[in-house]
Amino acid sequence: MPTEPIPFARRAAAAPSPVKDVHIIWLTAGLSCDGDSVSITNAEQPSIEDVLLGAIPGLPKVHLHNPVLAYEVGDEFMKYFYQAERGEIDPFVLVVEGSIPNEDIKDEGYWAAQGTDPNTGQPIKTTEWIDRLAPKALAVVGAGTCATYGGIHAMAGNPTGCMGLADYLGWEWRSKAGLPIVNVPGCPVQPDNFMETLLYLLFQVAGLAPIIPLDAQLRPTWLFGKTVHEGCDRAAYYEQDDFGIEYGTPKCLVKVGCWGPVVNCNVTKRGWMRGIGGCPNVGGICIGCTMPGFPDMFMPFMDEPSGARFSTAALTLYGKMIRALRAITNNTVNGEPEWRRRGRQLITGYHPRPGAYSMRPTRKAA
Amino acid sequence: MGTITEPLSETSGKKRNLVEMSWDPITRIVGSLGIFTKIDFENKQVAECYSTSSIFRGYSIFMKGKDPRDAHFITSRICGICGDNHATCACYAQNMAFGVKPPPLGEWIINLGEAAEYMFDHNIFQDNLVGVDFCEQMVKETNPGLWEKAQKKKAPNSSKHGFRTIADIMTALNPFTGSFYRETLEVSRLTREMFCLMEGRHVHPSTLYPGGVGTVATVQLFTDYLVRLMKYVEFMKRCVPLHDDLFDFWYEALPGYERVGQRRVLLGCWGAFNNPAVCDYRYESMSDWGRGMFVTPGIVVDGQLVTNDLVDINLGMRILLGSSYYDDWQNEQTFVKTDALGNAIDKRHPWNQTTTPRPQKRDFNGNYTWVMSPRWFDKRTGDYLPLDTGGGPIARLWSTALSGLVDIGYIKATGNSVVINLPKSATLPETSFEWKIPQWSNAIERDRARTYFQAYAAAAALFFCEKAMEELMAGRSKTWAPFKVPDDAISCGFHEAVRGVLSHHVVIRDGKIANYHPYPPTCWNANPRDVYGTPGPYEDAVQNTPLFEENGPENFKGIDIMRTVRSFDPCLPCGVHMYLGPGKVLQTRHSPMFGMMPNKGDR
Repeated sequence: MPTEPIPFARRAAAAPSPVKDVHIIWLTAGLSCDGDSVSITNAEQPSIEDVLLGAIPGLPKVHLHNPVLAYEVGDEFMKYFYQAERGEIDPFVLVVEGSIPNEDIKDEGYWAAQGTDPNTGQPIKTTEWIDRLAPKALAVVGAGTCATYGGIHAMAGNPTGCMGLADYLGWEWRSKAGLPIVNVPGCPVQPDNFMETLLYLLFQVAGLAPIIPLDAQLRPTWLFGKTVHEGCDRAAYYEQDDFGIEYGTPKCLVKVGCWGPVVNCNVTKRGWMRGIGGCPNVGGICIGCTMPGFPDMFMPFMDEPSGARFSTAALTLYGKMIRALRAITNNTVNGEPEWRRRGRQLITGYHPRPGAYSMRPTRKAA
Repeated sequence: MGTITEPLSETSGKKRNLVEMSWDPITRIVGSLGIFTKIDFENKQVAECYSTSSIFRGYSIFMKGKDPRDAHFITSRICGICGDNHATCACYAQNMAFGVKPPPLGEWIINLGEAAEYMFDHNIFQDNLVGVDFCEQMVKETNPGLWEKAQKKKAPNSSKHGFRTIADIMTALNPFTGSFYRETLEVSRLTREMFCLMEGRHVHPSTLYPGGVGTVATVQLFTDYLVRLMKYVEFMKRCVPLHDDLFDFWYEALPGYERVGQRRVLLGCWGAFNNPAVCDYRYESMSDWGRGMFVTPGIVVDGQLVTNDLVDINLGMRILLGSSYYDDWQNEQTFVKTDALGNAIDKRHPWNQTTTPRPQKRDFNGNYTWVMSPRWFDKRTGDYLPLDTGGGPIARLWSTALSGLVDIGYIKATGNSVVINLPKSATLPETSFEWKIPQWSNAIERDRARTYFQAYAAAAALFFCEKAMEELMAGRSKTWAPFKVPDDAISCGFHEAVRGVLSHHVVIRDGKIANYHPYPPTCWNANPRDVYGTPGPYEDAVQNTPLFEENGPENFKGIDIMRTVRSFDPCLPCGVHMYLGPGKVLQTRHSPMFGMMPNKGDR
């Protein structure tokens, strides 16, 4: 029997976590909008307070150091970054938000920074923080499409030369624990997608889960394995060749710019929060915001994707035909069976034992 | 001529020991901000302040040559907490450029979405980010004497919000463990559900388009919104009295606190919630439909309304350099010489701005930030006014109150106040609040106005919900109108981001974006000293702020500075950082020299 008290009520099959404390160092100082930090305050499955207050069994104590939520300010906040760099807080998970600028394309100054170097009085570049912290981190997580693949700020014509974490550290990069970068894309990241990934990693740290399953783009497979279209409640319109040519209708949006059929994302299935909202399911075209090719490959957003023109043409005949057939059947099943009516006669096909009650219509009183 | 809003001078002839203190990053805001100060601990005062932003992304640059219809999708990504305000503002500008007027129902849906954004964003900022500066844990660390008083002080509105003493309110604001902190976090989700019903997703909406929205208008949509809204209305009836108690206590317990973060009244509001009955998105009629907005635009100087005309507001905008890392554009091309009404457009107007970044070392005697200095040119005096937004609500309420135009049953602007009427909710009766124009533009009043504006947004949403249902019941269910993109156009959008004025200026040539300049509120608030040496609003508000913190330099938290800066609701994915340095004695100087900024115009 373990001598350590089991930290939660059930008798765990697994031994309690050998790790008592885990820190999350959250660097928002990429080229970002902080929308991913704001997004996590919206999560419920689990919520940020569920994780920090220990409302989930099996978790180690979690200490979050995120500038949007931190109690501390300035140096008091930055001290955790320095401690992590010196190996004084271990283990920690490094979360990066925002794209990573290319600081090598200019002679001086900075594109993105956090904190001030006490020796020079100059800002400490975000890239320098990544260089200092990534080798010490148990896992490195990219939150949102900017950090994962570059995103909006990395679009054609951008002056900063920015990129995603894996472009910066290398796609083959491994943490000291042997973990690849974990990417949770989305612009912003879907709240529960991020918190659930974080929860998985915390379970993994606690020895309660195997290594996180990732695809080739380093995304959790169970979240990004399906396309928007595969989860979309408007996909049936597509199947029936019934496309919206204006916005504001409940029909399929492919003809007005939706990329759902080829984009990896679960938002149509999961909704944006508590099952509410989303993209094409609620009338917003999918602009591919979770994808490595975002945004350039999807612009101009409001035009029909070129591939869709071919695919939709291919199903015109089939779609029109089944729509017509379904309309006939739909009309039929919108009628009730004939036996549901008032009157002295039971015509449902029920045959009672003789004498149970009279089946014969009684003659009206003259 | 330039304007120094508040002289940075000191009492003449006296020597001061100044300690350099800085906070980088400022946390519990969105974005990256650093605040660098020089503090006079003997006289308990901030002598000098610089605000710096440490991120550059380059929207104005990479939007060039893009399809104008993409503008709202792209610019939403400027901000991670009020991205939808950008998307909405961009759509307003697109509507003007494309000559399209959305169906009224589309407009009401946008208004409902934006109202939900105000309800959410002010709520989470007020009680999960700013509120921590007023919580038990913080107050015990910075002002133990105040905590003593708070424990003895019975809350005057106790029967309305349920907390017995002011100390009980402070405890409820403790991060994560406090009951009110957790409740507001939960309310922030409820309001984001309302937002998602109308605009699809938070914070970058999916259903907004030029010409209207893709949201499918059904009875269910508005029912789902309304039942959530009424829960928020009930919450507001506790929330407003709670904040009144908290803020009144600060004045009472710390006499002189009104000077913390105080600045000359220089407020700007660009108006919010278009009225489809009058708004046709034509520049030529913008003065009229601007005044028809359900939050009235206006510029308020020293308590007086200078103008509520969006054309005047537009014409006066100037973008100055001085301390930021950009090249000047005086010799670049002029995109717009006159507006559609024939008014001359200045070279320093956003329509004519060319953005060329020049990364360089940070130098507080030279260039020290990525934020430029927007000013409003007051033709009466020739001043370049460093307007602020006070974090949004104080300017919106002040401007709306003075104009006296809004009168929708749930809200009435009286000329010197704004009355907000909330209907009966599940357990609480009909309730009215009145926001009265305060004596000062300071940290406490900025925070107080935020709470009142949350109630304002809820009241406005009740009205919008009724109007939307009217449209739907009358069978007018279209939410979007088609348009064509012209080859050439100039246009602008004006809106209120959660934390204040927001404008998007666009020039279209050959069917592509030729120039695009968004001006969000934090650029107005967090900017550095301009070419005339006029400090930006944060710098101005922090400078000469008295300090009430009981700690000395060794464990100084700068709480009064934090309350000042956060009262503006900083949101700097366009920029502020604060760090508390070890505190070294900088210099002892003769005063008349000190505080005078080198005149950058001479360099």
